[in-house]
Amino acid sequence: MSAVSTAGDREPGPDIQPDKALRRDMPLVPASSIAGRALVIVIAIMTFLACLTAGGAILVATASQDWRGEVSREVTIQIKPAPGQDIEAAVAKAAETARTAPGVADVRALSKQESEQLLEPWLGNGLDLTELPIPRLIIVRMLDLKAPDIAALRNALAAQAPGASLDDHRLWLARLDTMADAIVIFASLLFLLMISAMTMAVGFATRGAMAGNREIIEVLHFVGAADSYISRQFQAHFLRLGLRGGLIGGALAALFFAGASALSAWWTSSVGGEEIGALFGAFSLGPRGYGAILAVAVAIAVLTGAISRIIVYRHLRRLQ
Amino acid sequence: MGVEVVRDLSFSIKPQSFQFLTGPSGAGKTTLLRLMLLSLKPTRGIVKIFGQDASTLDKDEITGFRRRIGVVFQDFRLLDHLTTYENVALPLRVMGRAEASYRAEVVELLRWVGLGERMNALPAVLSGGEKQRAAIARALIARPELLLADEPTGNVDPGLARRLLRLFVELHKSGTAVVIATHDLALMDQFGEARRLVVGDGRLQIFDGDSP
Repeated sequence: MSAVSTAGDREPGPDIQPDKALRRDMPLVPASSIAGRALVIVIAIMTFLACLTAGGAILVATASQDWRGEVSREVTIQIKPAPGQDIEAAVAKAAETARTAPGVADVRALSKQESEQLLEPWLGNGLDLTELPIPRLIIVRMLDLKAPDIAALRNALAAQAPGASLDDHRLWLARLDTMADAIVIFASLLFLLMISAMTMAVGFATRGAMAGNREIIEVLHFVGAADSYISRQFQAHFLRLGLRGGLIGGALAALFFAGASALSAWWTSSVGGEEIGALFGAFSLGPRGYGAILAVAVAIAVLTGAISRIIVYRHLRRLQ
Repeated sequence: MGVEVVRDLSFSIKPQSFQFLTGPSGAGKTTLLRLMLLSLKPTRGIVKIFGQDASTLDKDEITGFRRRIGVVFQDFRLLDHLTTYENVALPLRVMGRAEASYRAEVVELLRWVGLGERMNALPAVLSGGEKQRAAIARALIARPELLLADEPTGNVDPGLARRLLRLFVELHKSGTAVVIATHDLALMDQFGEARRLVVGDGRLQIFDGDSP
Protein backbone atom coordinates (compact mmCIF):
# COMPACT_ATOMS: atom_id res chain seq x y z
CA MET A 1 0.00 0.00 0.00
CA SER A 2 2.94 2.30 0.34
CA ALA A 3 4.96 4.08 -2.26
CA VAL A 4 7.98 2.36 -0.95
CA SER A 5 6.67 -1.15 -1.29
CA THR A 6 5.33 -0.60 -4.80
CA ALA A 7 8.39 1.17 -6.14
CA GLY A 8 9.49 -0.52 -9.31
CA ASP A 9 13.21 0.02 -9.40
CA ARG A 10 14.09 -1.05 -5.91
CA GLU A 11 17.27 -3.03 -5.51
CA PRO A 12 16.15 -6.63 -5.84
CA GLY A 13 15.53 -8.63 -2.69
CA PRO A 14 17.55 -6.62 -0.24
CA ASP A 15 18.79 -8.59 2.66
CA ILE A 16 16.75 -7.12 5.47
CA GLN A 17 18.45 -9.06 8.17
CA PRO A 18 19.18 -6.50 10.80
CA ASP A 19 22.68 -5.29 10.51
CA LYS A 20 24.50 -6.47 13.61
CA ALA A 21 26.64 -3.34 13.63
CA LEU A 22 23.69 -1.00 13.20
CA ARG A 23 23.74 1.68 15.85
CA ARG A 24 20.15 2.32 16.74
CA ASP A 25 19.48 3.54 20.25
CA MET A 26 21.53 6.67 20.73
CA PRO A 27 19.87 8.94 23.30
CA LEU A 28 18.00 11.78 21.61
CA VAL A 29 19.61 14.33 23.90
CA PRO A 30 23.37 14.25 23.16
CA ALA A 31 25.12 12.51 26.03
CA SER A 32 28.35 14.42 26.29
CA SER A 33 28.77 18.11 26.63
CA ILE A 34 30.94 20.41 28.71
CA ALA A 35 27.88 21.59 30.64
CA GLY A 36 26.98 17.93 31.31
CA ARG A 37 30.43 17.20 32.74
CA ALA A 38 30.29 20.32 34.91
CA LEU A 39 26.91 19.22 36.24
CA VAL A 40 28.27 15.75 37.06
CA ILE A 41 31.06 17.39 39.08
CA VAL A 42 28.61 19.70 40.90
CA ILE A 43 26.31 16.76 41.70
CA ALA A 44 29.28 14.65 42.85
CA ILE A 45 30.45 17.40 45.24
CA MET A 46 26.94 18.04 46.54
CA THR A 47 26.33 14.33 47.05
CA PHE A 48 29.66 13.98 48.85
CA LEU A 49 28.82 16.84 51.22
CA ALA A 50 25.24 15.64 51.70
CA CYS A 51 26.52 12.12 52.50
CA LEU A 52 29.08 13.56 54.95
CA THR A 53 26.39 15.47 56.85
CA ALA A 54 23.99 12.51 56.74
CA GLY A 55 26.75 10.11 57.84
CA GLY A 56 27.89 12.51 60.59
CA ALA A 57 24.33 12.83 61.85
CA ILE A 58 23.96 9.04 61.87
CA LEU A 59 27.25 8.65 63.78
CA VAL A 60 26.20 11.16 66.43
CA ALA A 61 22.70 9.72 66.69
CA THR A 62 24.07 6.17 67.09
CA ALA A 63 26.69 7.29 69.60
CA SER A 64 24.11 9.17 71.62
CA GLN A 65 21.92 6.07 71.73
CA ASP A 66 24.92 4.16 73.07
CA TRP A 67 25.50 6.78 75.80
CA ARG A 68 21.87 6.67 76.73
CA GLY A 69 22.03 2.88 77.00
CA GLU A 70 25.30 2.88 78.90
CA VAL A 71 24.65 5.76 81.22
CA SER A 72 21.04 5.02 81.99
CA ARG A 73 21.91 1.44 82.99
CA GLU A 74 24.48 2.62 85.46
CA VAL A 75 23.79 4.45 88.72
CA THR A 76 26.19 5.41 91.47
CA ILE A 77 25.58 5.27 95.18
CA GLN A 78 27.67 7.70 97.18
CA ILE A 79 28.27 7.35 100.89
CA LYS A 80 29.73 10.32 102.65
CA PRO A 81 31.62 9.63 105.83
CA ALA A 82 29.95 10.94 108.96
CA PRO A 83 31.56 11.27 112.42
CA GLY A 84 31.25 8.13 114.45
CA GLN A 85 30.11 6.06 111.52
CA ASP A 86 31.73 2.82 110.41
CA ILE A 87 32.00 3.62 106.75
CA GLU A 88 32.93 0.06 105.71
CA ALA A 89 29.77 -1.25 107.38
CA ALA A 90 27.70 1.49 105.74
CA VAL A 91 29.15 0.61 102.31
CA ALA A 92 28.47 -3.08 102.87
CA LYS A 93 24.93 -2.35 104.00
CA ALA A 94 24.20 -0.10 101.04
CA ALA A 95 25.71 -2.64 98.61
CA GLU A 96 23.60 -5.39 100.12
CA THR A 97 20.48 -3.25 99.89
CA ALA A 98 21.22 -2.49 96.25
CA ARG A 99 21.87 -6.14 95.49
CA THR A 100 18.42 -7.15 96.71
CA ALA A 101 16.60 -4.28 94.99
CA PRO A 102 14.54 -5.18 91.89
CA GLY A 103 16.08 -4.71 88.43
CA VAL A 104 19.69 -4.65 89.62
CA ALA A 105 22.16 -6.71 87.58
CA ASP A 106 25.43 -6.12 89.31
CA VAL A 107 26.79 -4.17 92.28
CA ARG A 108 30.40 -3.29 92.81
CA ALA A 109 31.62 -1.24 95.75
CA LEU A 110 34.86 0.63 95.08
CA SER A 111 37.43 -0.07 97.76
CA LYS A 112 38.95 2.75 99.76
CA GLN A 113 42.08 2.53 97.63
CA GLU A 114 40.10 2.75 94.38
CA SER A 115 38.22 5.77 95.73
CA GLU A 116 41.49 7.47 96.54
CA GLN A 117 42.83 6.72 93.09
CA LEU A 118 39.87 8.56 91.59
CA LEU A 119 41.07 11.71 93.35
CA GLU A 120 44.64 11.44 92.10
CA PRO A 121 44.10 13.48 88.93
CA TRP A 122 42.99 16.40 91.09
CA LEU A 123 45.14 16.06 94.15
CA GLY A 124 48.25 14.41 92.71
CA ASN A 125 49.79 11.25 94.08
CA GLY A 126 52.02 10.78 97.02
CA LEU A 127 49.55 12.42 99.40
CA ASP A 128 48.41 10.62 102.47
CA LEU A 129 44.66 10.61 102.17
CA THR A 130 43.92 8.46 105.17
CA GLU A 131 42.96 11.48 107.26
CA LEU A 132 40.62 12.92 104.64
CA PRO A 133 36.93 12.06 104.74
CA ILE A 134 36.73 10.55 101.27
CA PRO A 135 33.25 9.57 100.06
CA ARG A 136 32.88 5.98 98.93
CA LEU A 137 31.21 4.91 95.71
CA ILE A 138 29.18 1.86 94.78
CA ILE A 139 28.57 1.27 91.10
CA VAL A 140 25.25 -0.38 90.36
CA ARG A 141 24.46 -1.79 86.93
CA MET A 142 20.78 -2.15 86.24
CA LEU A 143 19.28 -4.88 84.10
CA ASP A 144 18.92 -3.97 80.43
CA LEU A 145 15.35 -2.71 80.73
CA LYS A 146 13.68 0.13 78.92
CA ALA A 147 12.86 1.93 82.19
CA PRO A 148 15.01 0.67 85.05
CA ASP A 149 13.24 1.02 88.40
CA ILE A 150 15.54 3.60 89.94
CA ALA A 151 12.80 4.82 92.30
CA ALA A 152 12.55 1.42 94.02
CA LEU A 153 16.29 1.37 94.60
CA ARG A 154 16.20 4.93 95.91
CA ASN A 155 13.40 4.05 98.34
CA ALA A 156 15.17 0.91 99.51
CA LEU A 157 18.36 2.86 100.18
CA ALA A 158 16.52 5.61 102.04
CA ALA A 159 14.95 3.00 104.30
CA GLN A 160 17.94 0.74 104.88
CA ALA A 161 21.06 2.86 104.43
CA PRO A 162 20.48 6.45 105.45
CA GLY A 163 23.39 8.68 104.44
CA ALA A 164 23.69 6.99 101.06
CA SER A 165 22.78 9.17 98.10
CA LEU A 166 21.92 7.95 94.63
CA ASP A 167 23.09 9.59 91.42
CA ASP A 168 21.43 8.30 88.26
CA HIS A 169 23.37 10.69 85.94
CA ARG A 170 20.12 12.13 84.66
CA LEU A 171 21.58 15.61 84.41
CA TRP A 172 24.49 14.40 82.29
CA LEU A 173 22.21 12.36 80.16
CA ALA A 174 19.94 15.33 79.50
CA ARG A 175 22.91 17.49 78.50
CA LEU A 176 24.36 14.87 76.19
CA ASP A 177 20.95 14.31 74.66
CA THR A 178 20.47 18.01 74.01
CA MET A 179 23.89 18.29 72.43
CA ALA A 180 23.39 15.24 70.22
CA ASP A 181 19.92 16.43 69.17
CA ALA A 182 21.31 19.86 68.32
CA ILE A 183 24.04 18.31 66.16
CA VAL A 184 21.51 16.09 64.36
CA ILE A 185 19.15 19.03 63.73
CA PHE A 186 22.04 21.16 62.48
CA ALA A 187 23.18 18.37 60.15
CA SER A 188 19.63 17.93 58.84
CA LEU A 189 19.41 21.65 58.08
CA LEU A 190 22.76 21.53 56.27
CA PHE A 191 21.52 18.52 54.32
CA LEU A 192 18.37 20.37 53.26
CA LEU A 193 20.41 23.41 52.24
CA MET A 194 22.67 21.28 50.07
CA ILE A 195 19.72 19.55 48.43
CA SER A 196 18.14 22.95 47.69
CA ALA A 197 21.39 24.27 46.21
CA MET A 198 21.67 21.13 44.09
CA THR A 199 18.06 21.45 42.93
CA MET A 200 18.82 24.96 41.73
CA ALA A 201 22.02 23.86 39.99
CA VAL A 202 20.11 21.11 38.19
CA GLY A 203 17.42 23.63 37.24
CA PHE A 204 19.98 25.96 35.68
CA ALA A 205 21.68 23.07 33.89
CA THR A 206 18.35 21.83 32.51
CA ARG A 207 17.46 25.26 31.17
CA GLY A 208 20.94 25.51 29.65
CA ALA A 209 20.62 22.09 28.05
CA MET A 210 17.24 23.04 26.60
CA ALA A 211 18.63 26.23 25.14
CA GLY A 212 21.56 24.28 23.69
CA ASN A 213 19.29 21.62 22.22
CA ARG A 214 16.55 23.90 20.87
CA GLU A 215 17.10 22.58 17.36
CA ILE A 216 16.62 18.99 18.54
CA ILE A 217 13.42 19.89 20.39
CA GLU A 218 12.08 21.61 17.28
CA VAL A 219 12.84 18.65 15.03
CA LEU A 220 11.31 16.25 17.54
CA HIS A 221 8.16 18.35 17.54
CA PHE A 222 8.02 18.35 13.73
CA VAL A 223 8.37 14.59 13.50
CA GLY A 224 5.44 14.20 15.88
CA ALA A 225 6.99 13.80 19.33
CA ALA A 226 4.65 14.64 22.20
CA ASP A 227 5.85 16.95 24.98
CA SER A 228 5.77 14.06 27.43
CA TYR A 229 8.07 12.05 25.13
CA ILE A 230 10.57 14.92 24.81
CA SER A 231 10.59 15.58 28.54
CA ARG A 232 11.19 11.86 29.16
CA GLN A 233 14.28 12.08 26.94
CA PHE A 234 15.64 14.98 28.99
CA GLN A 235 14.74 13.20 32.20
CA ALA A 236 16.67 10.12 31.07
CA HIS A 237 19.64 12.32 30.13
CA PHE A 238 19.71 14.06 33.51
CA LEU A 239 19.04 10.83 35.37
CA ARG A 240 22.20 9.41 33.79
CA LEU A 241 24.20 12.52 34.75
CA GLY A 242 22.68 12.44 38.24
CA LEU A 243 23.48 8.75 38.70
CA ARG A 244 27.07 9.28 37.60
CA GLY A 245 27.54 12.31 39.89
CA GLY A 246 25.62 10.72 42.76
CA LEU A 247 27.59 7.49 42.66
CA ILE A 248 30.94 9.30 42.43
CA GLY A 249 30.03 11.55 45.40
CA GLY A 250 28.56 8.63 47.38
CA ALA A 251 31.61 6.44 46.73
CA LEU A 252 33.96 9.23 47.86
CA ALA A 253 31.89 9.71 51.03
CA ALA A 254 31.93 5.94 51.72
CA LEU A 255 35.72 5.94 51.24
CA PHE A 256 35.99 8.91 53.57
CA PHE A 257 34.10 7.13 56.34
CA ALA A 258 35.99 3.88 55.79
CA GLY A 259 39.27 5.81 56.03
CA ALA A 260 38.08 7.70 59.10
CA SER A 261 37.08 4.45 60.75
CA ALA A 262 40.56 3.02 60.11
CA LEU A 263 42.21 6.16 61.44
CA SER A 264 40.03 6.37 64.54
CA ALA A 265 42.23 3.77 66.24
CA TRP A 266 45.08 6.29 66.11
CA TRP A 267 42.93 9.09 67.37
CA THR A 268 41.70 7.24 70.41
CA SER A 269 45.28 6.93 71.61
CA SER A 270 45.93 10.64 71.16
CA VAL A 271 45.02 13.61 73.30
CA GLY A 272 41.42 14.60 72.62
CA GLY A 273 40.82 11.25 70.95
CA GLU A 274 38.53 10.09 73.71
CA GLU A 275 36.29 13.13 73.29
CA ILE A 276 36.02 12.51 69.54
CA GLY A 277 35.35 8.87 70.27
CA ALA A 278 32.65 9.79 72.77
CA LEU A 279 30.93 12.04 70.26
CA PHE A 280 31.13 9.86 67.17
CA GLY A 281 31.50 6.41 68.69
CA ALA A 282 34.02 4.19 66.92
CA PHE A 283 33.60 6.33 63.76
CA SER A 284 32.27 3.22 62.13
CA LEU A 285 29.18 3.86 60.04
CA GLY A 286 27.98 0.27 59.84
CA PRO A 287 25.80 -1.24 57.09
CA ARG A 288 22.92 1.11 57.95
CA GLY A 289 25.14 4.17 57.41
CA TYR A 290 26.57 2.90 54.11
CA GLY A 291 23.02 2.01 53.06
CA ALA A 292 22.03 5.61 53.84
CA ILE A 293 24.91 6.92 51.68
CA LEU A 294 23.76 4.75 48.76
CA ALA A 295 20.18 5.90 49.32
CA VAL A 296 21.26 9.56 49.30
CA ALA A 297 23.24 9.04 46.05
CA VAL A 298 20.35 7.28 44.30
CA ALA A 299 17.79 9.76 45.66
CA ILE A 300 19.89 12.65 44.32
CA ALA A 301 20.03 11.00 40.88
CA VAL A 302 16.26 10.44 40.86
CA LEU A 303 15.70 13.99 42.07
CA THR A 304 17.92 15.30 39.26
CA GLY A 305 15.89 13.40 36.66
CA ALA A 306 12.55 14.45 38.13
CA ILE A 307 13.47 18.15 38.41
CA SER A 308 14.68 18.30 34.82
CA ARG A 309 11.56 16.55 33.58
CA ILE A 310 9.28 19.02 35.35
CA ILE A 311 11.24 22.01 34.03
CA VAL A 312 11.33 20.67 30.46
CA TYR A 313 7.64 19.80 30.49
CA ARG A 314 6.68 23.27 31.73
CA HIS A 315 8.94 24.90 29.17
CA LEU A 316 7.46 22.84 26.32
CA ARG A 317 3.92 23.65 27.44
CA ARG A 318 4.73 27.33 27.10
CA LEU A 319 6.12 26.83 23.58
CA GLN A 320 3.28 26.84 21.14
CA MET B 1 4.49 42.47 13.93
CA GLY B 2 6.64 41.56 10.94
CA VAL B 3 6.15 42.19 7.27
CA GLU B 4 3.08 40.62 5.70
CA VAL B 5 4.59 37.93 3.48
CA VAL B 6 1.40 36.57 1.92
CA ARG B 7 -2.14 37.94 2.13
CA ASP B 8 -5.68 37.28 0.99
CA LEU B 9 -5.07 33.92 -0.54
CA SER B 10 -7.29 30.87 -0.43
CA PHE B 11 -6.47 27.38 -1.54
CA SER B 12 -7.00 23.84 -0.44
CA ILE B 13 -4.90 20.73 -0.71
CA LYS B 14 -7.14 17.83 -1.52
CA PRO B 15 -6.44 14.35 -0.21
CA GLN B 16 -4.28 12.29 -2.58
CA SER B 17 -3.49 15.37 -4.72
CA PHE B 18 -0.09 16.42 -6.06
CA GLN B 19 1.01 20.01 -6.41
CA PHE B 20 4.07 22.10 -6.88
CA LEU B 21 4.28 25.33 -4.92
CA THR B 22 6.45 27.69 -6.84
CA GLY B 23 7.44 31.31 -7.18
CA PRO B 24 10.54 33.46 -6.87
CA SER B 25 12.80 33.25 -3.82
CA GLY B 26 11.35 35.09 -0.85
CA ALA B 27 7.83 35.02 -2.29
CA GLY B 28 6.47 33.09 0.68
CA LYS B 29 6.71 29.41 -0.29
CA THR B 30 8.33 28.42 2.96
CA THR B 31 5.88 30.57 4.92
CA LEU B 32 2.97 28.73 3.31
CA LEU B 33 4.56 25.38 4.08
CA ARG B 34 5.07 26.41 7.71
CA LEU B 35 1.43 27.45 7.96
CA MET B 36 0.44 24.00 6.70
CA LEU B 37 2.85 22.37 9.15
CA LEU B 38 1.25 24.32 12.03
CA SER B 39 4.57 25.87 12.98
CA LEU B 40 3.27 29.36 12.16
CA LYS B 41 -0.05 30.97 12.99
CA PRO B 42 -1.61 33.34 10.48
CA THR B 43 -2.00 36.91 11.73
CA ARG B 44 -5.46 36.78 10.18
CA GLY B 45 -7.45 34.26 8.24
CA ILE B 46 -8.06 30.59 8.88
CA VAL B 47 -5.91 27.53 8.30
CA LYS B 48 -7.88 24.32 8.32
CA ILE B 49 -6.00 21.07 8.56
CA PHE B 50 -7.61 17.65 8.11
CA GLY B 51 -10.96 19.42 8.34
CA GLN B 52 -10.25 21.23 11.62
CA ASP B 53 -9.55 24.89 12.31
CA ALA B 54 -5.85 24.97 13.28
CA SER B 55 -6.37 27.80 15.77
CA THR B 56 -8.60 25.59 17.92
CA LEU B 57 -6.11 22.73 18.22
CA ASP B 58 -4.41 22.00 21.52
CA LYS B 59 -0.83 20.74 21.69
CA ASP B 60 -1.75 17.07 21.78
CA GLU B 61 -3.94 17.46 18.70
CA ILE B 62 -1.13 19.29 16.90
CA THR B 63 1.20 16.39 17.78
CA GLY B 64 -1.39 13.95 16.42
CA PHE B 65 -1.71 15.90 13.18
CA ARG B 66 2.05 16.23 12.75
CA ARG B 67 2.27 12.44 12.79
CA ARG B 68 0.05 12.51 9.70
CA ILE B 69 2.34 15.02 7.95
CA GLY B 70 5.79 14.31 6.57
CA VAL B 71 8.10 17.25 6.07
CA VAL B 72 11.38 17.76 4.20
CA PHE B 73 13.16 20.93 5.25
CA GLN B 74 15.28 22.97 2.90
CA ASP B 75 18.15 22.74 5.39
CA PHE B 76 17.40 19.05 6.12
CA ARG B 77 17.36 19.43 9.91
CA LEU B 78 18.96 16.08 10.59
CA LEU B 79 20.08 15.57 14.19
CA ASP B 80 23.86 15.77 14.14
CA HIS B 81 24.53 13.18 16.84
CA LEU B 82 22.31 10.52 15.29
CA THR B 83 23.27 8.20 12.45
CA THR B 84 21.42 8.18 9.14
CA TYR B 85 19.47 5.13 10.31
CA GLU B 86 18.54 6.77 13.62
CA ASN B 87 17.54 10.02 11.90
CA VAL B 88 15.30 8.26 9.41
CA ALA B 89 13.75 6.07 12.12
CA LEU B 90 13.00 9.10 14.31
CA PRO B 91 9.29 9.59 13.43
CA LEU B 92 8.62 5.93 14.28
CA ARG B 93 10.76 6.06 17.40
CA VAL B 94 8.93 9.09 18.84
CA MET B 95 5.63 7.25 18.36
CA GLY B 96 6.96 4.84 20.96
CA ARG B 97 7.34 1.89 18.58
CA ALA B 98 9.86 -0.80 19.45
CA GLU B 99 13.03 -0.59 17.37
CA ALA B 100 12.74 -4.19 16.19
CA SER B 101 9.27 -3.48 14.75
CA TYR B 102 10.51 -0.90 12.24
CA ARG B 103 14.13 -1.87 11.61
CA ALA B 104 13.43 -3.76 8.37
CA GLU B 105 11.23 -0.94 7.05
CA VAL B 106 13.87 1.71 7.70
CA VAL B 107 16.71 -0.38 6.27
CA GLU B 108 14.64 -1.07 3.15
CA LEU B 109 13.80 2.59 2.60
CA LEU B 110 17.42 3.62 3.19
CA ARG B 111 18.57 1.12 0.58
CA TRP B 112 15.94 2.39 -1.80
CA VAL B 113 17.14 5.99 -1.54
CA GLY B 114 20.69 4.76 -2.01
CA LEU B 115 21.87 5.18 1.58
CA GLY B 116 22.24 1.45 2.33
CA GLU B 117 25.96 1.85 2.83
CA ARG B 118 25.64 5.02 4.89
CA MET B 119 23.29 3.83 7.62
CA ASN B 120 25.83 4.29 10.40
CA ALA B 121 27.21 7.58 9.09
CA LEU B 122 26.65 10.79 11.00
CA PRO B 123 25.24 13.79 9.07
CA ALA B 124 28.57 15.60 9.36
CA VAL B 125 30.18 13.14 6.91
CA LEU B 126 27.25 12.96 4.46
CA SER B 127 27.29 14.91 1.20
CA GLY B 128 24.55 17.45 0.49
CA GLY B 129 22.72 14.95 -1.69
CA GLU B 130 22.97 12.21 0.92
CA LYS B 131 21.59 14.52 3.60
CA GLN B 132 18.78 15.43 1.23
CA ARG B 133 17.89 11.80 0.69
CA ALA B 134 18.06 11.06 4.41
CA ALA B 135 15.73 14.01 5.07
CA ILE B 136 13.30 12.72 2.44
CA ALA B 137 13.44 9.18 3.82
CA ARG B 138 12.65 10.56 7.30
CA ALA B 139 9.61 12.38 5.90
CA LEU B 140 8.36 9.24 4.14
CA ILE B 141 9.02 6.57 6.72
CA ALA B 142 5.78 6.99 8.66
CA ARG B 143 3.71 6.96 5.42
CA PRO B 144 2.13 10.36 5.97
CA GLU B 145 -1.21 11.52 4.58
CA LEU B 146 0.33 14.85 3.62
CA LEU B 147 3.91 15.38 2.51
CA LEU B 148 5.39 18.87 2.54
CA ALA B 149 8.79 19.24 0.88
CA ASP B 150 10.78 22.45 0.69
CA GLU B 151 13.16 22.35 -2.30
CA PRO B 152 13.66 18.60 -1.94
CA THR B 153 15.81 18.32 -5.07
CA GLY B 154 17.87 21.44 -4.51
CA ASN B 155 21.11 19.63 -3.73
CA VAL B 156 21.03 16.63 -6.00
CA ASP B 157 22.03 15.97 -9.60
CA PRO B 158 19.27 15.81 -12.24
CA GLY B 159 19.34 11.99 -12.34
CA LEU B 160 18.75 11.63 -8.62
CA ALA B 161 16.23 14.50 -8.72
CA ARG B 162 14.20 12.46 -11.24
CA ARG B 163 14.43 9.40 -9.06
CA LEU B 164 13.32 11.32 -5.98
CA LEU B 165 10.44 12.87 -7.90
CA ARG B 166 9.37 9.38 -8.93
CA LEU B 167 9.40 8.47 -5.24
CA PHE B 168 7.08 11.38 -4.45
CA VAL B 169 4.79 10.41 -7.33
CA GLU B 170 4.65 6.80 -6.09
CA LEU B 171 3.80 8.09 -2.64
CA HIS B 172 1.06 10.26 -4.12
CA LYS B 173 -0.36 7.29 -6.03
CA SER B 174 -0.52 5.29 -2.86
CA GLY B 175 -2.75 7.96 -1.31
CA THR B 176 -0.60 10.74 0.07
CA ALA B 177 -1.25 14.40 -0.75
CA VAL B 178 2.07 15.92 -1.84
CA VAL B 179 3.12 19.58 -1.84
CA ILE B 180 6.58 20.29 -3.24
CA ALA B 181 7.93 23.80 -2.99
CA THR B 182 10.45 24.34 -5.75
CA HIS B 183 11.53 26.79 -8.38
CA ASP B 184 13.04 24.07 -10.54
CA LEU B 185 11.02 24.38 -13.77
CA ALA B 186 12.59 21.27 -15.28
CA LEU B 187 11.43 19.23 -12.30
CA MET B 188 7.87 20.54 -12.60
CA ASP B 189 7.80 19.77 -16.31
CA GLN B 190 8.60 16.13 -15.58
CA PHE B 191 5.23 15.74 -13.88
CA GLY B 192 2.97 17.90 -15.97
CA GLU B 193 -0.32 16.71 -14.51
CA ALA B 194 0.53 18.21 -11.12
CA ARG B 195 -1.29 21.33 -10.00
CA ARG B 196 0.87 24.43 -9.72
CA LEU B 197 0.41 27.00 -7.00
CA VAL B 198 2.39 30.11 -7.89
CA VAL B 199 3.08 32.69 -5.19
CA GLY B 200 4.30 36.14 -6.07
CA ASP B 201 3.80 39.58 -4.56
CA GLY B 202 1.98 37.99 -1.65
CA ARG B 203 -0.74 36.58 -3.93
CA LEU B 204 -1.39 33.08 -5.17
CA GLN B 205 -2.32 31.86 -8.63
CA ILE B 206 -3.43 28.30 -9.18
CA PHE B 207 -2.91 26.40 -12.43
CA ASP B 208 -4.49 22.99 -12.71
CA GLY B 209 -2.20 20.43 -14.26
CA ASP B 210 -2.61 18.63 -17.56
CA SER B 211 -5.26 15.95 -17.37
CA PRO B 212 -3.61 12.66 -16.64
